[in-house]
Parts: sequence; structure tokens; C-alpha cells
Amino acid sequence: MKAELHKQSPAPARRRLALMSSPSFIYVLVSPLYVILLAYVIYPLYETFLASMKIEEKFSFANYARFFSLEHTANLEALWTSLYISVLSVITCGIVGVTMAFLLERYEFPGRRILSVLALVPMALPPLIGVLSFTFLYGESGIIPRALKELFQLEQVPFSLKGVGGVLVVHTFTMYTYFYMTASAAIKGLDPSLEEAAASLGASRFTIWRRVILPMLTPAMVASSLLVFMIAMASYTAPLIFGIDRTMTMQIYLSRTNGDLDMAATQSTILSVVSILFLLLMRWYQGARNYQNLSKGISVHRTEITSKLGKYVSMVLSFIGTIVLMLPILVLVLISFSVNSTWTIQVLPPEYTVQHYIDLFTDSKTWRPIANSLQLSAIATIGIIIFGVAAAYVMVRLPIRGKTLLDVLIMLPWALPGTVVAINLIAAFSQPNVFSFGQVLIGSFWIIPLAYFVRHLPLVFRSTSATLMQMDGSVEEAARNLGASWWYSFRRVVFPMAFGGVLAGALLAFVQCIGEFVASILIFTPSTTPLSVAIFQRMYNFEFGTACAYGVLQIIVIIIVLFLSQKLAGDKANTAV
Amino acid sequence: MSSVTLDHVTKRFGTAKGVEDVHIQIRSGEFFTFLGPSGCGKTTTLRMIAGFYFPTEGRIRFGENDVTTLPPNMRNTGMVFQNYALFPHMTVFENIAFGLQVRKLSKSEIKERVERIQRLVHLEGYGERRIDQLSGGQQQRVALARALVIEPQILLLDEPLSNLDAKLREETRFEIKRLQVELGITTIYVTHDQAEAMAMSDRVMVMQGGQVQQIGTPSEIYHQPVNRFVASFIGETNLLEGTVTRIEGGEVDVRLSPDVVVTGLAKNASPACQPRVGEKLTLSVRPELVKEWEGEETENLLRGRILLSEFTGACVNYITQAGPIQLRSMLINLGRSVKQRGDEITLLLPKESIYLIG
Ligand SMILES: Nc1ncnc2c1ncn2[C@@H]1O[C@H](COP(=O)(O)OP(=O)(O)O)[C@@H](O)[C@H]1O
Ligand SMILES: [Mg+2]
Repeated sequence: MKAELHKQSPAPARRRLALMSSPSFIYVLVSPLYVILLAYVIYPLYETFLASMKIEEKFSFANYARFFSLEHTANLEALWTSLYISVLSVITCGIVGVTMAFLLERYEFPGRRILSVLALVPMALPPLIGVLSFTFLYGESGIIPRALKELFQLEQVPFSLKGVGGVLVVHTFTMYTYFYMTASAAIKGLDPSLEEAAASLGASRFTIWRRVILPMLTPAMVASSLLVFMIAMASYTAPLIFGIDRTMTMQIYLSRTNGDLDMAATQSTILSVVSILFLLLMRWYQGARNYQNLSKGISVHRTEITSKLGKYVSMVLSFIGTIVLMLPILVLVLISFSVNSTWTIQVLPPEYTVQHYIDLFTDSKTWRPIANSLQLSAIATIGIIIFGVAAAYVMVRLPIRGKTLLDVLIMLPWALPGTVVAINLIAAFSQPNVFSFGQVLIGSFWIIPLAYFVRHLPLVFRSTSATLMQMDGSVEEAARNLGASWWYSFRRVVFPMAFGGVLAGALLAFVQCIGEFVASILIFTPSTTPLSVAIFQRMYNFEFGTACAYGVLQIIVIIIVLFLSQKLAGDKANTAV
Repeated sequence: MSSVTLDHVTKRFGTAKGVEDVHIQIRSGEFFTFLGPSGCGKTTTLRMIAGFYFPTEGRIRFGENDVTTLPPNMRNTGMVFQNYALFPHMTVFENIAFGLQVRKLSKSEIKERVERIQRLVHLEGYGERRIDQLSGGQQQRVALARALVIEPQILLLDEPLSNLDAKLREETRFEIKRLQVELGITTIYVTHDQAEAMAMSDRVMVMQGGQVQQIGTPSEIYHQPVNRFVASFIGETNLLEGTVTRIEGGEVDVRLSPDVVVTGLAKNASPACQPRVGEKLTLSVRPELVKEWEGEETENLLRGRILLSEFTGACVNYITQAGPIQLRSMLINLGRSVKQRGDEITLLLPKESIYLIG
């Protein structure tokens, strides 16, 4: 009966079908993706570049000359500081992350299980919250240094986190997880029979390490090093709180707040170039790495620590490790109950209340930033979902050329530091243009959701393409064969099957938006102050209790979401981070 | 039901070739099989009929309708995929009902038709099961039911039995054939298993390297293969090479070795074969047509020693080395004693059993 209907289908319908089945029609369909990337990633980048090259409507390298000037070396110092902080961060994160991975994957000792769960705690701390809890704990007026001073009746605090050292400690604490995760995965994948084979061939313990184990771990280490370097270069919160002005991100922030937009654009462009180079380097390296473990499904046997001494030492060490990992969250919880502006020179806050938590949901002024953040993040997340699902589908399923380009373009905003993304958007949308539908976006409500959208663009894309890749393409064909239109089969078959991956990515994007601080601080408007900026403002008004209550709220949301997305998509979602 | 015409269809993937110039007419209600080794272009051809690929050249027609560039969802074909491609997030009922929901049938009619087809494929009472709670054979039947329930003009099956174990394969083969005969549906079946193709098909298209080799009934492709490939791919055969020494009175003499000349019949030849005196010729002799000879001297005898003797019960298989020639034979067990490796044997190649390939 269907055939009868088709027989009578009028000629124009046929022609339309012929047009749609032409090979180039696909490019018409995917063009919106490219337009969005062009409008909100490439164009802002280009505007910033233009701003850095233009002085009073004329092209000139004057800004760059100023940047590299040997007379006023602030910028060069900043570049140098950023670079060496990043290199040192890679080294310290590498040492901590790999050591922890080895201890936790290779040895069995009391407290191992709890430690291996807690090792991931730093991932639940948004950057601003992490830095704040560290200053509360180890800063000049922090709890630990003061407690030691009291305890030993010292004149001065015995130590405190400040300056570059402080930045490095915070970086190590928040970024070692990248090394830890890749190293544990690699160690898990190491086939013990390789070591046994080497041993049976006469290799000593040391030779086995040098010739077998380390070479097998190299790809994971190089990838993590590149990643940590990039993240450290982009780090903004730690230098801000520890008062290191001479880093690239801080210089950009200062130029922007001083109204020197040309210089901000120049600094941004230089930082962008470094970031993009690293992105390309990372992609190239991931394509080129070739150590694959051939054997599957072998779990490493753990060496049990049996000697009495070893047992005690490991017990004490895991206890210390647990404390160090838990303290930042514990201290936030503690301070969230303290009465604002009462904690001055005491070791611990002197007065406590639950009022901040009540205020969060009842006092409209306190509730406002939470509502703002929820709203802004929800809007951005919807955009991220639509774009991410469409792009993932195109990437995995459609036979188009230029997929590498699409992939690089999507990863680009993720590689750019938040500060740079903000400066780019300022450069592009301070005046009306086509992409902003003739509006000035800066100073409007829409600029923050747009910034969040751009920054976290790849999250849903990554998790969804991972799911789609595992899904058999013929399932979609089966639906089409049974008569479903493309849209019907997408709705009833592809989307439901990819739903776990989409949701995992979306949840992750949502919490990242909620915790976003770096771009927000440069572009927020008073009427749309997001949560993270409110935390920062409260801190500066010595309202520690309220700030920490906000922080605890964020951490609870993040832990719930991380747990959910782990459940939903296994480890797939983490590949995006 | 509908006939299917592939009118000089070619498919290339960029520069890589898929299939070359396929020209076939599949009759309404016919069971038609694409047979060939892996990578020969069977799936590619099937997918062009389903609408997942569009031909680079040529036209495809269902009956009178040109469907060459019609999208797959408008073709009303039912396809069973090699890995079944069942929707993992739906129950058995929902899987089968999918195509009917697309066609916007009423709830009651959907229920009735799904239940009818469930009975037909023996899946009564499985409606609420999830797909991963089914065995391989049951999944296969869900896939079949899902394709049949929409009453397609054409049923397309891509190696539907390849994921089943041997016993289930046999069973499902009969099942598919029974359904096809019962419903009288035009069926295109893809397989690399020649036994399967021979047992089920009305006609078979043998393919290799993207080229069609031969189209014919199972008996035709078995008894009258057009070339060496078809002869050796379909069943077992002895391919013997020699030089033509005489053509006379409908007989062709071929020298296989300095002291062996065999005589065949000129009419037992593939269409392309034009034997000429002094030229090379390939002969095909099926092992089951070779006879053991214990009588007096006659034409077409080969003497040799047995290299391998295999007793299978109903038959005795020998591989015999006769001078430079190795010959397989499959002799019905007539209760005589079985010869062993090293024993002498005389074999007869009956004239009418020799097929000239060219
Ligand atoms: N989408 C495609 N892109 C490129 N080459 C293809 C594609 N599909 C099939 N081919 C090639 O076409 C040839 C025939 O493949 P196929 O039809 O799948 O073989 P079969 O089903 O007979 O095993 C193979 O050489 C294969 O590599
Ligand atoms: Mg195939």
C-alpha cells in the first residue's frame, strides 16, 4: 500500500529528494555548526588580534614592541613567570601524581582503599574554592601556621604559603590528579608478565624499571605534562589570591581593569598562541603515541607490605595523606558556620552559627547569586547540549571532509585560558554586529551564558561522541529501513541510546559553569553577579562564613554530579576533562 | 511483492571499487542469493537496494518504480542486518512495533499485527523481554519479525546466520525458507556459505572482487560453472589442466600428462569455452562423479597410489597421486574393503562427467 502512495508522489517532491540526496547537501546541513564556531570562537579571536595590531585605526606592531620592550619589562617578566611556574607545576604534579599512582596501584597497605577514593577529591574543588581553603589553612593568618605558633610559643608563624611557592603548592594540589589518573590507568594496563619476562631474562629490578616500566608509562606522562602545562599557564585564581601580578593572566586582568584594552588584546594574543601551539602539540602527540598493551584483562597483583615497621610507616603516611586531602573541605565546612567578621587573630573562628545556610535560601540578597548562576549555567548548558550532540553526530556518523578542522575548532576554546576567552568576547561584542544580532552584548545579560557556552563547548561533544562511537551504526540504518525519517530515528533511536553520554557531559558542563570564575570576573554585570564572583566579593568584605557556605554548596553539587555522571557513563565523561 | 532490477549498477568509493556493472532482474517472489567470498561486494550491492548507498552509475527499479536515489525510509524494504541491529533500549514488542508506529497505525492494529508475527516466528510471550535477555537465535527471530511485520515489498538479509552456532544455523535456515515460501515475498539473501546458498535459493549470483561471475539456479552453477572461480568456489572439484589433442564427432581429447589422455564431450562446456587443437584447456570433474574401476582396460582411466584415505561412513574419500596429477574422489560405500594409504587404485573419469571450463 505504501508503494502505491509513492508511485503517485508528485514530481517536485521527487526533485526535492534528489536535491537532498546530493552529496553536497550534507554540507548545507552541517554549516550551522561552522557558523557558530566562526561567530563565537574564531571571530572573537580575530577581533582581539585586530585590536592588538591597530593603534588609532592604523596597523602597527607598536603594542608588540611595547610587550617585548626591554625598558618596561613587566610583560616579559610576566611571560617568564608564567612559563617557569608552569614548568615547575608539571614537575611537582608529576612527582606527586605518579608516586601516588604507584603506591596505590602496586602496594596493599592499611588505608589504601580510602586514600584511592580521596585522591580524587581535588577534582571536586572549583579553582577559587581550592585557593581560598588553602589560604585559610596555610596562609599567613591560616589555621595551621597559627596553631603551630601558639603551640610552640613562637614569635612568628613558622611557615606560611605566599607568593610563587603558594601558587605552586595550590597548583600541585589541584592538578596532580591529571598525572594520577593517567598514571594509574597506565599502571593498571601494565601486564605483570612483561616484568616477569624481563626478570626471567636476567634483568635486575632497576633495569626492569628503566627499560620496561618507565618507557611504557612515557606516553601517559607526556600527555599529562602537556595538559598540566596548559592548565598552569591559564591559571588565574592562584596568582590573584597570592598576589603574583607578574603572570600573563594577571597582566591581562590588570590591563583590562586599567582600561588599556590594546595591551590586554596583545597579551591575550600572545597567550592564545602559546595555548594553541600546545593544543596542536597534544593532538599530534596523541595521534603519534603508539605503545599499546597487547594483553588484556590482567589485573596487577599488589605487593603486600608485611614488615611491622613498613606497616606502621604506611599507616602513618596514609593517615597524613587522608588528612591533607580532607582538610580543605573540612576547613570550608568549619568556616561556613563561623559568624562573619569575628575571626581575626584567633587560631580558629570564635563564634558559630547556622545562619549562613539559612540565608542561602531565605535572604534574597544572598540567594540572588545562586539563582543567577543556576539560570546562566542552565542557559549555557542547553546551548552546549544542542551544539555538542549535533557536532558529535556529524563527527561520528556523517561522511564529510574536514572533520579534523571541526575537532580542532571545538577543542580550541577549551584550550584557551578563561581570561583570554573573556577578552576575546569583549573585543568582539563591545559593539553590535551580525553575530550578536545587532546588540551590544558586553554589559548585557547574555554575555556570561555565551562565555560559559564557549568555554565548556567540548564537554557534551566529547561524552556524546564517545557513546556514539560505541553504538553500532547499523541500528540507525535499521530504523531508517523500517521507514523512519531521519528525524524520527534520531528522536526514537539515536538520542535515547546516546542519552547516558549526553547527560553525563551536560551535568559536567553544568557544574563547570556553576564554578566558573576566571571569565566571569572580567565580564559580569552587577545585576547578573554569578556565584563564584559573589564568593570573591564576600571574601573581600571579610564575610568568610557566607563565602564558605557558598563554597560548600558548590562542592556538594559537584560531588553529586560527578557521582551521577560516573554512574551514567563510566569513565567516558572524564576523557573530556 | 515486487520484482527488482539492477540496471548496470556500479558503485565506487572514491577511487576504491565496490562493485562493477551488476545487471540483474530478480523476479517477484523469488529467493535470490548473492554469494561470494568476503569483500566481494555483496553487502555493497544489498545496501544500494536498501538505499544506504546510491549507485555511482546505473539505475535500480522496484517493479516499474525507479528508486535509484530514493531515501531508505521510503523504499518499504525489510532488512535483517548481520548483527541484527536491534534497538537495545526497547523491548521485543517495541522493536517489532517500531516500523508500524512509523507508519502511524492505530494502537490496536499494531498490537494485533505484532502478535501475529510473534506467533509466526515462535516468539509468543516474549513481548516484554529486553533484548539482552534473549539468546542469539531469539534475537535473530526478533530481527526477522521486525523486518517482516511491515509487509515489505522486498526482504533483504545480510548474512543472517553467520552469528549463530551450527545447529541453530540449520534450524533458522529452514525457518527463513518456510517463512519466505509461506509469505511469497521477494527475498534477497547475502552469504559467503555456498552450501547455504545452494540449499535455499531459487537463483544465485556468484561474485568475486566486485565482479559478477555467474547467475543461475543452484544446479546450473554447480554443474555448468562458467569459470575456474565458480567451479572451485561452489562445492569441491578437481581442476585438471591439459592440451587439446583431437576434436572429432562431439568428442574432445585432452592430454593431461605424457601418458594420460582423457576424452570429454564437447557439449559439456561452459559458454565461453572454445576448445582448439593444440591449445590449453581446463577440465572440472566433481569428486563424487569419479568411479573406482576394476574391469578391463578402457578410456579415461587413471592409475595411481592413494595419498590419503578417509572413511566417513556413507562415503570413502581418496586423494590419489597418478603421475603428476592429484585427484580427489568420493566413493559411495558399497561395503567393499576400504583401501589404505599406499595402495594402488584405478579410477575412471566418465566422459559425461567431464566439464570443459576453458
Ligand atoms: N563505505 C565504504 N567505503 C569504502 N570502501 C568500502 C565501503 N564499503 C565497502 N567498501 C569496499 O567495497 C568492497 C566490498 O565490500 P562489501 O560489499 O562489504 O563486501 P562483502 O559484503 O561481500 O564482504 C570491499 O573492498 C570494501 O573494502
Ligand atoms: Mg558483507
